[in-house]
Amino acid sequence: MTALAVTSLSKAFGGLRVTAGVNLHIAVGERRLIIGPNGAGKTTLFNLITGEIAPDSGSIELMGRDITRAACRRRAHLGMARTYQIITLFPHDTILRNVTLALLGLSPLRWNAFLDLDRQQHLMDRAREALTRVGLEAIAERPLAQTSYGERRRVEIAMALAQNPKVLLLDEPFAGLSIDERRDVQKLLAAIPRDVTIVMIEHNMDVALDFADRITLLHFGEVIVEGTRGEVVADPRTREVYLGS
Amino acid sequence: MSPSTVRRASIAVALALLLTLPLWIGNSYYINIASQILLWAVLALALNVLVGYGGLVSLGHAGLFAVAGYSAALLLDAGYGHLAADLGAIAVTLAVAAVFAVLALRATGIGFLMITLAIGQILWGIAYRWASLTNGDNGINVPTRPAPFGLSLASAGPFYYATLLTFLLAVLAMAIFVRSPFGASLRGTRDQARRMTALGYNVWLIRFLAILFSSFWAGVAGILFLYYNKFVSPQVVALTTSAEALLMVISGGSGTLLGPIVGAAMVVVMKNVVSAYIERWNLVLGVIFILIISFMPEGLVPGSVRLWRAGWQRIRGQTPRAHRHALHSTLEARGLTPSGQPERAP
Repeated sequence: MTALAVTSLSKAFGGLRVTAGVNLHIAVGERRLIIGPNGAGKTTLFNLITGEIAPDSGSIELMGRDITRAACRRRAHLGMARTYQIITLFPHDTILRNVTLALLGLSPLRWNAFLDLDRQQHLMDRAREALTRVGLEAIAERPLAQTSYGERRRVEIAMALAQNPKVLLLDEPFAGLSIDERRDVQKLLAAIPRDVTIVMIEHNMDVALDFADRITLLHFGEVIVEGTRGEVVADPRTREVYLGS
Repeated sequence: MSPSTVRRASIAVALALLLTLPLWIGNSYYINIASQILLWAVLALALNVLVGYGGLVSLGHAGLFAVAGYSAALLLDAGYGHLAADLGAIAVTLAVAAVFAVLALRATGIGFLMITLAIGQILWGIAYRWASLTNGDNGINVPTRPAPFGLSLASAGPFYYATLLTFLLAVLAMAIFVRSPFGASLRGTRDQARRMTALGYNVWLIRFLAILFSSFWAGVAGILFLYYNKFVSPQVVALTTSAEALLMVISGGSGTLLGPIVGAAMVVVMKNVVSAYIERWNLVLGVIFILIISFMPEGLVPGSVRLWRAGWQRIRGQTPRAHRHALHSTLEARGLTPSGQPERAP
């Protein structure tokens, strides 16, 4: 079964085509790596898939359901979660509150203006569980402003995992991490069960190639090569894109 | 003593002082000043929902405040009783606020500010120029204050207690709202609207409902204002009123419960008490605001807490660096400086 199907997806900003007829069919449980040089349109593709920007043409299906016209927030409720290339968290809150906000986003409780959020034990327990998965339970009460860059990356992933997504989109999760932090995040991603489909943009080939079942190479908004690690690495177009002809 | 004990004791002392205020003040002039502080504090608390917790700076709240005052006055003039007039005024205020929100939420930041300013000016224009409805510059008089359960609010003391009760209800409502999941959602839209959308929140609807909640209390303050003065005129819809309410919030400390109350007290005392002794009291108020912005950019209440802690640390032998760190942390917590973003570029 296809978890995420993108068909003939196109987007242009004025005269600049940033996504040109992209087709992606990602199976349930697959780990798909999206690579490409800077400006290839990788993050734009993520923004189109999550609904943060609307496509000019084409369609997107999540678990067989057409979500092309669905609002960004609706896609989260249907099982899509993402992390950002530039860390996007709530800097004035604690780590625990950040993850609680992620859980609250999918709960009808978010409209409640009478209950005390800190006393919603079931939410707190689930937030702590998500933090345990990323190894941050010991510093759950720490204000985000007092955490390291690597810890914030893990908070981003904890927020996405807390929502129990069917499809998880990771935008450069290893960016800016030290070797040790990278190893921690690598282990964390490897531990995500196979019922979660993962699509990842990453420049760091050392860690990303090992992770991926299949790889898609984007260039100027188009899919140039798609296949297994061996197929993509062996393809002359890959070398052309990265090394020049 | 634990911080929560200190907090409870402070609340108890403040409540006792407020409840006994007419007894130890005696003079009805000063009791009326206290009523004014409380009613303006309700407006400042209402505005603080948007400014402090929603990150939406409005310069049109005087319009909503006045819509309630005018609606109640017109309904009373039409022969309705006080309860019906007040409920009708709140309903009209919420209806106007819904339109206000739909228009203003087309933008955020400076765009939101400008739209609210424009709406405020339109409402001022209606109050000033639609003389057949509003009596123009002459305003509308209300002959009597209400007498709930047979208790007349005509004199200063009973009116003070009615205002105090309303004020305490507003504070309680704000305290519950701030700690609630919806309050957390509103703060989330202030800090990271894009992220909130991706997490499944309807950012527009959260802001819309926050504007209605804020407008409800602005309307309540407007009705109190009408009964206090027994008169409403276009002067109250003017930009000055919105700007003063905003100054109350910012100078006291936006995003805090106590800040807008302290800000309201400061502005009302300056306008009513200091102006009796100093002709150019506006100048004094301006200097005070400059001093607050210079030395306590986070506002009087959080700034005083920071300075108190810094002084305490100094007594205990800690360094001025710790003081600077405390200022930085407080500013970060108020969102007054960019923070929380990684220092290293990804």
